[in-house]
Amino acid sequence: MSTSVTAAAGAPTASSPVRGRRGRLGPREWVLAGVTALFLLSFVRLLTGAQDIGSSGTLAASIALAVPIAMAGLGGLWSERSGVVNIGLEGMMIFGTWGAGFAGYQWGPWAGLACGVLFGALGGLLHAVATVTFNVDHIVSGVAINLLAAGTVKYLSGLAFVGKPGGGKTQSPQIDDLPSVTVPGVSDALLSLERQRWFFVSDLAAVVRGLVTSVSVLTLLAVALIVGTYFVLWRTAFGLRLRSCGENPVAAESLGVDVYRYKYIAVVVSGALAGLGGVFLAEVASSAYRDGQTGGRGFIGLAAMIFGNWRPGGLLIGSGLFGYTDALQLRQGGQSVHALLLVLVLILAAITVWRVVRRRPLVGTVISAVVAVLLLGWYLASDEIPGDFTGMTPYVATLLVLSLSSQRLRMPAADGLRYRRGEGG
Amino acid sequence: MTTAPEVETAAPAVRLTGITKRFPGVVANRNVNITVRRGTVHALVGENGAGKSTLMKILYGVQRPDEGSIEVDGAPVSLSSPADAIRAGIGMVYQHFMLADNLTVLENVVLGAERMHGIGDGARRRIEELSHAYGLEIDADALVEELGVGDRQRVEILKVLYRGARTLILDEPTAVLVPQEVDELFDNLRELKSEGLTVLFISHKLDEVLAVADDITVVRRGETVATVDPASTTSRRLAELMVGSELPTPERGESTVRTTPVLQVHGVTLRSGDRAVLDDVSFTIHSGEVLGIAGVEGNGQGELVDVIMGLRAPESGAVVLGEEDVSAWPTRRRREAGIGFIPEDRHRQGLLLEAPLWENRVLGHQTRRPAARGPLVDRRGARADTERIVREFDVRTPGIDVTAGSLSGGNQQKLIVGRELSGDPVLLLAAHPTRGVDVGAQAAIWDSIREARRRGLAVLLISADLDELIGLSDTIRVVLRGRLVGTFDPASVTPELLGSAMTGADGDPRTSARTEPGS
Amino acid sequence: MRNRDWTRVALGFAAPLLAIVFSVIVTSLILVAAGDPVGTTWRTLATGGLSGALPRNLVNTVNLGTTYYLSAVAVAIGFRMNLFNIGVDGQYRLAVFAAAVVGGAVTLPRPLHVLLIVVVAMVVGGAWAAIAGLLKVGRGVSEVISTIMLNAIAGGLVAYLLRRVASGQQASNNIATPSIPESGRVPGFTLLPSSPLLAYGFLFVAILVGLGYWYLLGRTRFGFDLRATGLSPSAAVASGVNVRRMVLAAMVLSGAVAGLVGLPELLGKTYTYDLSFPAGLGFTGIAIALVGRNSPVGIALAALLFAYLDTASNPLQILADVAPEIVKIMQGVIVLSVVIAYELVRRYGVVHEQRRVAAQLSATRPQTEEVPA
Repeated sequence: MSTSVTAAAGAPTASSPVRGRRGRLGPREWVLAGVTALFLLSFVRLLTGAQDIGSSGTLAASIALAVPIAMAGLGGLWSERSGVVNIGLEGMMIFGTWGAGFAGYQWGPWAGLACGVLFGALGGLLHAVATVTFNVDHIVSGVAINLLAAGTVKYLSGLAFVGKPGGGKTQSPQIDDLPSVTVPGVSDALLSLERQRWFFVSDLAAVVRGLVTSVSVLTLLAVALIVGTYFVLWRTAFGLRLRSCGENPVAAESLGVDVYRYKYIAVVVSGALAGLGGVFLAEVASSAYRDGQTGGRGFIGLAAMIFGNWRPGGLLIGSGLFGYTDALQLRQGGQSVHALLLVLVLILAAITVWRVVRRRPLVGTVISAVVAVLLLGWYLASDEIPGDFTGMTPYVATLLVLSLSSQRLRMPAADGLRYRRGEGG
Repeated sequence: MTTAPEVETAAPAVRLTGITKRFPGVVANRNVNITVRRGTVHALVGENGAGKSTLMKILYGVQRPDEGSIEVDGAPVSLSSPADAIRAGIGMVYQHFMLADNLTVLENVVLGAERMHGIGDGARRRIEELSHAYGLEIDADALVEELGVGDRQRVEILKVLYRGARTLILDEPTAVLVPQEVDELFDNLRELKSEGLTVLFISHKLDEVLAVADDITVVRRGETVATVDPASTTSRRLAELMVGSELPTPERGESTVRTTPVLQVHGVTLRSGDRAVLDDVSFTIHSGEVLGIAGVEGNGQGELVDVIMGLRAPESGAVVLGEEDVSAWPTRRRREAGIGFIPEDRHRQGLLLEAPLWENRVLGHQTRRPAARGPLVDRRGARADTERIVREFDVRTPGIDVTAGSLSGGNQQKLIVGRELSGDPVLLLAAHPTRGVDVGAQAAIWDSIREARRRGLAVLLISADLDELIGLSDTIRVVLRGRLVGTFDPASVTPELLGSAMTGADGDPRTSARTEPGS
Repeated sequence: MRNRDWTRVALGFAAPLLAIVFSVIVTSLILVAAGDPVGTTWRTLATGGLSGALPRNLVNTVNLGTTYYLSAVAVAIGFRMNLFNIGVDGQYRLAVFAAAVVGGAVTLPRPLHVLLIVVVAMVVGGAWAAIAGLLKVGRGVSEVISTIMLNAIAGGLVAYLLRRVASGQQASNNIATPSIPESGRVPGFTLLPSSPLLAYGFLFVAILVGLGYWYLLGRTRFGFDLRATGLSPSAAVASGVNVRRMVLAAMVLSGAVAGLVGLPELLGKTYTYDLSFPAGLGFTGIAIALVGRNSPVGIALAALLFAYLDTASNPLQILADVAPEIVKIMQGVIVLSVVIAYELVRRYGVVHEQRRVAAQLSATRPQTEEVPA
């Protein structure tokens, strides 16, 4: 797989570089994957009658559940791309939910947004001070921040919310809704199309309807941030420098990059994004701050980031997947997830066939075939899957990805390592 | 080998005058004078530790000289940081590449210099121009981790050129290359030269220097000894200049070699990627024998030690200790069978720097008396034996409860030597046993090794110090690119002869040797 | 003739004390900023608030401290070889659930019954931790990530199994495992005559675990190998340590101790596992292990400190109208400042000892020969 040397003549064909290296998806692959997934879903829906696995309602719920995960994951992406492991995301997210509640009920949702993001950023700043300036182990600092955040918001809630209408020790008063966007006309038309339950067409309509009906502005912001992150980190000099700190800080230093500065920026942004995820939970997914609202989503975000191979696109898929499984639980959970088993069986069967055709090593082929048969057995032998298992999906999926395809994952080379200025080389 | 005619009146690309640099206790450079003509490849040769690297760090602004002046293109400059050097048109290609593997070539090249041509198509165009102009042939969008060593080096050169350097410093550039890659590099260097750039080339491989350089400056013990014209010199003459003509200091004494073989290595081959780092290595060490391995660093010595210690498994071949084939034994069992090990990097492999001395006595002896008894660590025994080592090996320390990291290098090394000679080992692997050690400790360590040899210990001695090898060894083998290429009798060999064999500069290295192992 | 360096010893004690003082200041500032009564808060924390509350608080402190101690030791075992067992949380929850189920299902003579419960808990905890160990050794998966994932999986698993086990029991919505019969319980004992409250008998097990931890780490070959691996993996490998095996062993050991974390509560108080069983103890354990600097005694002191703060903060709301979670902030600040203080002390200590050694040597030998030509 050597792509090292171009033709010796090397005419400068600069403007059209060959993209699409391994592991990176171009637009075409994205569309193809999306269509295939949709196709599978509609096929299974017809087969099993589990209508909710592809309904626009499920989709809307998925998006709502995926956004906070994606924001936490995006926070992790910023931090880890600069070489700082951030398991304090959960704590920063907690700060975000509280900040949204605190400012949100008094001065409106926009103020809540600003305050939640600010609180998250402050959590990030604390992590940066500990890990970058004082060289504290990244995990230690993250754990401490999670503990600190959980205690702080409880204490502050006692001060800020007790005695206020609807507020109390464990929750803030009501926050007004942020505006949401529905494309008029289109939504209704699609609804009628979706109700026809035609193969594929209805499912496509459901997806599109989910994407155009009462979409919160925060969701739009989140999408913009993911795209923006890709642009900033991979298309600007700033991003290049930031990523170089996560890959080889000594080399970056030797080229005049102020590594400390970039790490600080990255970790503070990381906290702000996690805080934004918290704001979403408090203002969009519900309409008040509640104790324990994050429910470990900071960690799921981390999982989504790893699942997505430390890249924005992968992260999007990861959080979408995790949000989707979450959403299914809310909508005829047992039956829907049960139907998903069949999807898994089909995917594994496809992999098995592909492996046989391509003559891949036999062990992997046999494993995927056996797992497919086992899952099919499970599917046929049961009627539904307990919700507890659905909740585990993100974690099991991440563990599987980590253990089965770790050689395809590529975390930043200097991620989590201590770095002190002037000590390398 | 004719070079383009130089206009003698043109200012030299770089002129160093009277450079002196002192570190606490050491003078790294003393009154160094070098003049590098523009448009030439100028080689700087000298042994390890002769002060070449310090000199280059001074020229690249990493360190400031205590005395002396630097001129670039005839104008005096003050270089207090690499940024200053880059501004003056000087670029450095480090021996250990400073590249981020998961970034593309383009990203690595433009990092820190994004202002020049951006990070997009402008930069890509510039890189392709440079790459084309100097025959570097690098794909700007390749990931660095997918590149081979030679390509990575070209990326480093590209980085320097991209920043507009007119003078390139290459620190031991061939150390990591295989022969074909060296040839490619030299083609690149000639290309650079023909475009009017100046190259300062640091090396201790004489044949390479002779092949590519227009001028050669020899450094010995921090001083410039001579500047010579490669056309009128030989590698032998260069080796003499490099090593000087002092007599070896350590004395071997009577031969104590007995007939019982202790260690036999049979046809060991070890690969790293597709390159053989050990190639069919075979030898025998007898009881009471010191076998010296001479060789330029990175020619397989470290791998040989790893294989014998059981830290790496070879692709083929066997290691036999005494009567037993230990090839499949784990490291601990080999140690229990009596292999002592003085590692090359004592901080990485030899010591627990944050643990007290007596706990360091236990390291490597976790299963043996007096450090352990049954499943327990014998604290009293270990402490008492540490006291003994401190006494017998003259380890200068206020006590055995201070951490190993607080001792000076020489005393750390004496502690290690004392530990590894404890428990009656049958074989000692000593890799650079006196490196970075003061003169007093050096003599003490030599004495200890000689004493153990007299008692019948077999020693594998790996060293870059030819005097040490000649003074201690009963037989010297030379390793070059993972193969044993020569056998010498230390009684008759000279450092120059060894030096030539080590660098493959003696024409045909196999003429003087190819005797059977252990002869 | 131990040649102790008293400056370093003093620094070792000074770091946590300074961190505590610092956290008191920060906490006071927060109280002031929030308009809460600073004096009353500290007085309530120090005295228990009401007359006669202190003995009761102390017994509760010891009880809670027992739990914290076990959790912190479990974490510390990993820490000693640079392994982060973030998964103590999941390990103890799964373990205590299994212990409760097994303990409630059988009836055996007292010592055997308790022993069975303890063994089940340790085996389950160790086995759950072994997954992370195997993933690290076999597939190179960071134990930090895998244990975080395993925590969540354990949570789901316990919730599911609990429903299965408790099905058909009672109509209450807080479902629980069958109660452990008398023979499987560990009786409490009177710790302070002035308090009717009994201390957990499991305290002695915790002390045994502490002693075992100290002995294993400080006195045995295994412990030496473990610490050597933590200090320098490369040196440990060169000395003949099988690092992969050590990773697995340390992980399993850590998980086995983690399995004990829920038992003081289970065998001394609740006798049954339900969804209200305390969660998050594993993270508290990490904090305590850090403050106690992985030393068996230091962890004990830190566990008691944390437990005392948690216990004494209960009446704050009633007596001082201050949210008791102020102590959580205090604990968080202690942890962060203590790790920073240890890092600074460590850096200073290294330099200090090098200087000291050099100074002592030059004092005994006027001319050193350290300077080569």
